[in-house]
Amino acid sequence: MLSIKNLDVSIANKEILKDFNLEINEGEVHVIMGTNGVGKSTLVKALSDHYDCEVTKGEVTFKGKDLLELDASQRANEGLFMSFQNPVEVHGVNNMYFLKSAVNEKRAYKNEEEVNSAQFLKEVKDIIKKYNINNEVIKRNVNEGFSGGEKKKNEMLQLLVLKPDLIMLDEIDSGLDIDAIKLVANAVNSMLDGKRSVLMITHYDRLLELIKPDFVHIIKDGKIAKSGDYNLALELQKRGFEGLGEDNESS
Amino acid sequence: MKNETINNVIQNDYSLGFETIVNSDTFPKGLNEDVIKAISAKKEEPQWLLDFRLKAYKKWLTMEEPNWAKLGYDKVDYQDISYFSAPKKPIGSLDEVDPEILKTYEKLGIPLEEQKKLAGVAVDAVFDSVSVKTTFQKELEELGIIFCSISEAANKYPDLLKKYLASVVPYSDNYFATLNCAVFTDGSFVYIPKNTKCPMELSTYFRINALNTGQFERTLIIAEEGSYVSYNEGCSAPIRDDSQLHAAVVELVALKDAHIKYSTIQNWYPGDKNGKGGILNFVTKRGICKGDNSKISWTQVETGSLVTWKYPSCILKGNNSSGEFYSVALTSLAQQADTGTKMIHIGENTKSTIISKGISALNGSNAYRGLVKVAKSAKNARNISACDSLLIGSNCSAHTYPYQDIKNSSAKIEHEATTSKISDEQLFYIRQRGISEENAVSLIVNGFCKDVLEELPMEFAVEAKALLDVSLEGSVG
Repeated sequence: MLSIKNLDVSIANKEILKDFNLEINEGEVHVIMGTNGVGKSTLVKALSDHYDCEVTKGEVTFKGKDLLELDASQRANEGLFMSFQNPVEVHGVNNMYFLKSAVNEKRAYKNEEEVNSAQFLKEVKDIIKKYNINNEVIKRNVNEGFSGGEKKKNEMLQLLVLKPDLIMLDEIDSGLDIDAIKLVANAVNSMLDGKRSVLMITHYDRLLELIKPDFVHIIKDGKIAKSGDYNLALELQKRGFEGLGEDNESS
Repeated sequence: MKNETINNVIQNDYSLGFETIVNSDTFPKGLNEDVIKAISAKKEEPQWLLDFRLKAYKKWLTMEEPNWAKLGYDKVDYQDISYFSAPKKPIGSLDEVDPEILKTYEKLGIPLEEQKKLAGVAVDAVFDSVSVKTTFQKELEELGIIFCSISEAANKYPDLLKKYLASVVPYSDNYFATLNCAVFTDGSFVYIPKNTKCPMELSTYFRINALNTGQFERTLIIAEEGSYVSYNEGCSAPIRDDSQLHAAVVELVALKDAHIKYSTIQNWYPGDKNGKGGILNFVTKRGICKGDNSKISWTQVETGSLVTWKYPSCILKGNNSSGEFYSVALTSLAQQADTGTKMIHIGENTKSTIISKGISALNGSNAYRGLVKVAKSAKNARNISACDSLLIGSNCSAHTYPYQDIKNSSAKIEHEATTSKISDEQLFYIRQRGISEENAVSLIVNGFCKDVLEELPMEFAVEAKALLDVSLEGSVG
């Protein structure tokens, strides 16, 4: 599904990712770990065409298409979803309207008809009920006046209605209590149908217990230094980056 | 936003910029007493109205063009403008209106023919210096409501006109208003009788068509005791290389318990990205809440014109009267706007609300200028002002000039002002959900203007939203 070859990414002329390689196949769950500042978020942002990131070298193919040729909206409509560490507020824009606009724009991109309003409302209400999301969330403006937890749940709501092929979670668990983390994990797991894939950045082992990764990668010096399965994460939990000899930025 | 892409050549699509070819009767350029007499004669006006014009003209000659606004434009040569232009064919019934003109309004989305009339909206269509058609006149007349051109009113309702003309904006008020008094051509006259709720939206559509012509319309609305009217005006003009002058005067009179709601969608040609062409829009709008418990609401969406100088105001004379000003002013390209309001509190327990939203993109410059004045007599006056500015890109500007003049210590005045930029993070977030950049900007801008757009009558709100989108096209790269 996603193939990254020899990717170099800079932010403000500083090289963050260097000769980065990663393959993600359909249905796989990958986790990226590493100490702060090694470029974990940069990877997810560069894939989403974030304005800070400059790709200076390399190739990325997503579902057979050259991803780097596409802009941020097109990448999203191709099926790339990135959850935000700090979801942004949009004043005066009703959240339900926003959700519907996003879904309809994706449908237009795929030459599909607009969503039926009544059906869509029902779908959203079902999700809200299932994941115990505050009903007010769809009545208010996008992320405006939301608590930290509500913002993250709103990200999940967007994820569930947009149904992307590659789900990128950038520290979705930060600032969440264990109940909220469970909800997030349930939402993500409900999407895993053997076709969708996940690229997850996290420090938190509990999330990994709930969303079982197939692959764990540790980034160092702008590239993957070590890959393994779930056991690598468990080992990391026990011994830390230092113990694994992967601590390049000990403070 | 990346600077190099912001300044991409913009594709401003001013879809109303077409010209109508009609055989016109246009005065030679220049302004003097004879020109004024000729305008008055064309309109077959009574002597008192001509005298009024000449008195204003004499006054105007002694005045100087104001330059306190935050606007820069080439000086207007008042001798290089024609002060009257009308389609040649005489206009009596609709059958006699030049079909080209009917087509023009049709293109603007305002059909005038009987069969096609807009349901629930009576329209007065003003083409250059004359009113070409007023719809639903008969139906309104049955309720005693007068909706006609001001020229028609001069002859048919001289007493009303004499009583109220220049009663809110005196003939000596300011340079542009005084000029208007001397040379005003057409506009609408509205009279709502006592305890009557006007059953439909009244609407005037102004179209400047002729080249090198100024438009000087004048509108007067009188709402008698306990009456209500919602009035809307729209405007557009062809794309021209030279700037054209538009200096209008609007006067509103609300008597006891009356409510006037006045909405404007101003979409004059904005000029190109270098500031070539475009309408110079100098407008004096003022309403008086004369009676107790009366109310005047101004709502404006200003997206057009090269230069806008406009301060729709309320004189709150009656006790418990209230004034409202809701404004969206968008300046893109090389547009400049200096706009706001004056709320003059005279009566007791008077209330005013000011919500102003300024949006600047590309090289646009946007200034809010507003005065809240509380006279000694205005016990317990209350004002709330909120002025928000939104910047798109880094070459535009926003300014806020709030003035307060408070003579009664019981007044409660609140003023809030914010300036924000569409942030890269905000745009990225919306785009990451699959929404294109243009639509993301439109979403943010519409959200920003929501409080004001909600004040517009439904069909006008839809038009205003579409207009904001078109005006912002290409403003981000």
